[in-house]
Amino acid sequence: MSKTPMLSVTNLKRVFDVSAPWLNRMLEGKGRSIVRAVDGVNFSIDKGETFSLVGESGCGKSTVARLIVGLYEPSDGSINFEGVEIGQAATRAKHPEIQGRMQMIFQDPYASLNPRWRVGDIVAEPLRFRRLLKSRAEIQTRVGELLAQVGLSPLDARKYPHEFSGGQRQRISIARALAGEPEFLVCDEPTSALDVSVQAQILNLMKELQRKLNLTYLFISHNLAVVYHVSDKVGVMYLGRLVEWADTQTLFERPLHPYTRMLLDAIPDLDMTGRARTPVAGEVPSPLNPPPGCSFHPRCPLANERCRREVPKALPVEGGAVACHAVEENRLPPWKTQAAA
Amino acid sequence: MSLLAEYWRRARDSDIWYSFTRNKLVMVSAAITAIFFISAYGAPLLAPHNPFDLASLDLSDGFKPPVWEEGGEAKFLFGTDDQGRDILSTIMYGSRTSLSVGFLAVIFAMTLGIALGLIAGYMGGAIDAFIMRVADVQLSFPAILIAMLVDGVTRGLLGADKHSQAAITVLIVSIGLSYWVQYARTVRGQVLVEKNKEYVQAARVIGLPGPLIALRHVLPNVLGPVLVIATINLALAVITEATLSFLGVGLPPTQPSLGTLINTGQQFLLSGEWWITIFPGAALAILVLSVNLLGDWLRDALNPKLR
Repeated sequence: MSKTPMLSVTNLKRVFDVSAPWLNRMLEGKGRSIVRAVDGVNFSIDKGETFSLVGESGCGKSTVARLIVGLYEPSDGSINFEGVEIGQAATRAKHPEIQGRMQMIFQDPYASLNPRWRVGDIVAEPLRFRRLLKSRAEIQTRVGELLAQVGLSPLDARKYPHEFSGGQRQRISIARALAGEPEFLVCDEPTSALDVSVQAQILNLMKELQRKLNLTYLFISHNLAVVYHVSDKVGVMYLGRLVEWADTQTLFERPLHPYTRMLLDAIPDLDMTGRARTPVAGEVPSPLNPPPGCSFHPRCPLANERCRREVPKALPVEGGAVACHAVEENRLPPWKTQAAA
Repeated sequence: MSLLAEYWRRARDSDIWYSFTRNKLVMVSAAITAIFFISAYGAPLLAPHNPFDLASLDLSDGFKPPVWEEGGEAKFLFGTDDQGRDILSTIMYGSRTSLSVGFLAVIFAMTLGIALGLIAGYMGGAIDAFIMRVADVQLSFPAILIAMLVDGVTRGLLGADKHSQAAITVLIVSIGLSYWVQYARTVRGQVLVEKNKEYVQAARVIGLPGPLIALRHVLPNVLGPVLVIATINLALAVITEATLSFLGVGLPPTQPSLGTLINTGQQFLLSGEWWITIFPGAALAILVLSVNLLGDWLRDALNPKLR
């Protein structure tokens, strides 16, 4: 890869202090408790591609999204956007033009639109705030265009958010994100709150917009079927760490990490009618008290002594990278043979 | 014009209007409150006499009983006081003062409470802790005590003469200061809920600065419960003002409110001229009851969980 990526994230960390108030700690004799929501994540996204982060609830994928758009400040590590370091809030504030080039689409279409604002004002907010257009007439025309672009009517600008369905609200949310003319969109589970039929419409709309406007997506999801449909590259997160990333085709055809395999095994498909599925076993351990070594070892069928002690390092493999001792030591059984049994 | 018609149509279609028309008690309270407002603010036009125009007073009209009692006169419906002032007219003028003080005190308390609650909730951290501890401390004193304290301090600072000129302002500030905590707590609680919603995060991603987000996005979404508190507090503020005036630390007899009227009238209660204090007292009770009933209804009507 000779070209510089649009966004690269290096050793990104974020911890949250979830301790009780100090008076309680004093009286109850408890220490501070700290959650390592994101614990050393590395990835990069090229212009025009879609990078997906998948993982179970609480694995830190939404935190990564929020770190990148600046809703949280990283505890450590760097976020590099086209050669500009925007990891710290202070340096980020010096580059308002970069904030303008990235936008976010949120998970809950019922909470992401201000209920007291008309749709036209919601969509126009980035235009007004960044003074992209001056006159009322220009703004109104542009809002109409944006609404039409996401498949709504320009007349909808006069309505309030509660007059729309979940899917339509998500379209409004996309229109607002596009109003600032961004190049990079962070989509935090944009379809998980929608009906399956509407999910497909929204995903198709997003793909179409990506093609037309040459957008780059960071796509957060827990739905592997959705991820397969939209992504160029996929990263699998587990308990704040990226355990495997690869091209979408590679990852779905030849998953390496035992966790990725477990997730893929859990997808129902037509070929496997009649055979018992391997359910996703166990639960994500508490991030307050993560297991030592590889954080996946309590649920991993291949775990050995080394996995319990040593955190695995990312190992470059064809099409991506994987952080697993079993892969490194060649103890990995071939994929799908176990499923056929 | 068409815009007004549009708003009227929307109001007619709203749930609130429906709930209003289905509740006789509320309609009666609304009517009584409306009558009070009209007669209070229209007093110079509507009152049968001007009790503060010394030229029209006649001491020989003093202590006239209400019209239905023996010795009552038709031109003094509720009788007269020791100076020959018509009780009905003094009630109308007095409720004007009471309502004005109540309104302005509520607006003052509301502005202060909303501003501090918004700052505390949105900024969080040490500022939040400081504002809310001040509120907690103040909450442990009865409102009337705080009002008397403020009143006493200003009386000491200004001297008796200047104090009676500034009495209304002092009263508004002291009542306002004793009721802001409720608004601040409510607003802060709502802000804590709203500020974590995704529309606020969306505004942050757009790049809007914090104060602008707090004013444009958060504030309009926290005002609903505040309006309900304000309605109920209006009655409370009127009562507090009446109590202070009754105790003699509120408005001077030259600018009587309902409380002052009750206070000046009570000295005649045992000598048989009961109407001088009973009618202002009844007026105060009815006004406060109606406003409270309206406030209670508004709280239920605006709370979707109670419907």
